[in-house]
Amino acid sequence: MSTDATTDPGPGITGDVAAADQRRDRLIRRVLFGCTSITVLTTIAIFVVLLDNTWGFFFDATFSQWLVRSVTSLTVEGLTQRIAVTEFLFDTEWRPSHADDPRFGIMTLVSATVLITVGAAFVSIPIGTAAALYLSEYASVRTRKYLKPTLEVLAGVPTIVYGFFAVSFVTPVLLRPVLELFGLSIGRNNVLSAMVVVGIMTIPMVASISEDAMRAVPDDLRNGAYALGASKYEVSTSVVLPASISGIFASYILAVSRAIGETMAVTLAAGATPTLTANPLAEVQTMTAYMVTTMRSTAGVGSITYQSLFAVGLVLFLMTLVANLINDYIKRRYREVYR
Amino acid sequence: MATVSTDTDSGVLSDADLRWVKRKEVLFHATLFLASVFGVAMLGLLVFDVLFETAVGVLVLGIDVTTFLTSGASRDWERAGFLPAIIGSVWLVLLTLIFSFFLGVSTATYLEEYAPNTRTVRLIEANLTNLAGVPSVVYGLLALGVFVNGLRLGSILLAGSIALALLVVPIVIVASQEALRAVPSGVRDGSLATGATRWQTVRGVVLPAALPGIVTGTILALARAIGETAPLIMVGAVLQARQTPDPFSLFGSMPTMIYYWAFRPITEFHNLAALGILVLLTILVGMYGVAFFVRNRYERRL
Repeated sequence: MSTDATTDPGPGITGDVAAADQRRDRLIRRVLFGCTSITVLTTIAIFVVLLDNTWGFFFDATFSQWLVRSVTSLTVEGLTQRIAVTEFLFDTEWRPSHADDPRFGIMTLVSATVLITVGAAFVSIPIGTAAALYLSEYASVRTRKYLKPTLEVLAGVPTIVYGFFAVSFVTPVLLRPVLELFGLSIGRNNVLSAMVVVGIMTIPMVASISEDAMRAVPDDLRNGAYALGASKYEVSTSVVLPASISGIFASYILAVSRAIGETMAVTLAAGATPTLTANPLAEVQTMTAYMVTTMRSTAGVGSITYQSLFAVGLVLFLMTLVANLINDYIKRRYREVYR
Repeated sequence: MATVSTDTDSGVLSDADLRWVKRKEVLFHATLFLASVFGVAMLGLLVFDVLFETAVGVLVLGIDVTTFLTSGASRDWERAGFLPAIIGSVWLVLLTLIFSFFLGVSTATYLEEYAPNTRTVRLIEANLTNLAGVPSVVYGLLALGVFVNGLRLGSILLAGSIALALLVVPIVIVASQEALRAVPSGVRDGSLATGATRWQTVRGVVLPAALPGIVTGTILALARAIGETAPLIMVGAVLQARQTPDPFSLFGSMPTMIYYWAFRPITEFHNLAALGILVLLTILVGMYGVAFFVRNRYERRL
């Protein structure tokens, strides 16, 4: 592929110079490949760091420390278990800093993340899909030219700003007056405001990617339906939506994955009180919020609190990894349909 | 999904049927329009909220903007300022640029110009899309485990910028790949036909042609980096930035400072946070402006 020039250097180019050029080309190629492998190394490093330190959460030493100790002493060093895996997975309490009886039941944090993710999906999926349909089927070229980039700005706003928006506007101005009409009270931190802002920030993902999928639907399909006397509504819902459903679905998965990993908006909006609840007016703590609020109080290296950051991080990473893999799979299938 | 309209089943369309079809059409159109305007309205409310809180802070509470822009964090809201945070963010973005630009462009060049279409390369690309979906807070954990505590660098600005660089590298790579792909293959073939090696072709012809796209993508990636909060907190950023940082000192940044202020129960600090957000958003708008200027001014169709 890259040896086209070797056989005949051509007039004016001596063999030596050409050979030097070729050598340089091979060297550069290797350097560039080195850079590329750093991306793979990053993934491996994430896995290793999370697993190694999660080991240190369950036992009294990280895996690497234990390995080094065992090798240097030439015996299999004993390990003291600090946290039972069953407690981590099934306990319903998360109170790491409790003086007498600290508990580490990840379910409490996972449920908060899932609750907010589901609520956000209820905002972003219908609105995002409708916006995508509008952009691809209804909007004039001019409207689309301005509306789409404006929507995409929503994705460019830093998430900390959404957090501020939640506590300074969404909760006190939008939600509290409405809820008070129904005799409900709401605190400064609550699940509902987190759902709303995370939903808003993931609208552009759904809208933008779904719209790309809808525009990829060949016009022949639309024209065929119009020829049968279908209205625009019928074409949109019965032709375009089903034909682009895999792309639309991929955008949903992406939005969900983003909502799971969302940190700052959720930390500010939903709070820092671990609660196992499905009540949208309660204050909860998500996995990401736990990590951020715990780091604030700088946990000492090796302490169970410090190690718990990585255990929670591992669970979070695995959840988003699964979402990303599903997304990959759908996207690959979707590409095959229209090629 | 498969709701074939039953209106037409009677065979002949009556006026009443058509009126219902039309009404449904208008209703649907209006719903879709409202949904797409919803996002824009929320963006408007968000900007309004920030401006309103800023105005209250400056006009009602009397926050002094000069003090705000020239001093560091303070326990009194009247004397609290943003300068060390701004400088911290500038350092972070500069270092992130250095780390991510060469790494990202090199990787994109390898993948687009050199890589054979093998299983390994496809795996690298799949890994890349996955990396782009890893939550930012996990990159913070990575930097915390490897650089801050593993290599014992401590919670220095350099470690924060490494976390940000790793976070945005996938974005730089994807943008650069797109820019490289947009260069027509005829340009490459022409260069190769004159006897240039692949590297000479890439350096002399392909990269210059793709540069505007690469620069635009990099600026957008940096705009993402400057607003990132979570990785910096995980690395151990100082929330109350008092002193001007350098790459090897403890550091604060604009978003972490905003987080600290927004988190405090005393409401005057929320107005400070709004002012900080205004500064951050202004810088972001500036970066987007430069990115679009570069794209429109220098991008030529080949």
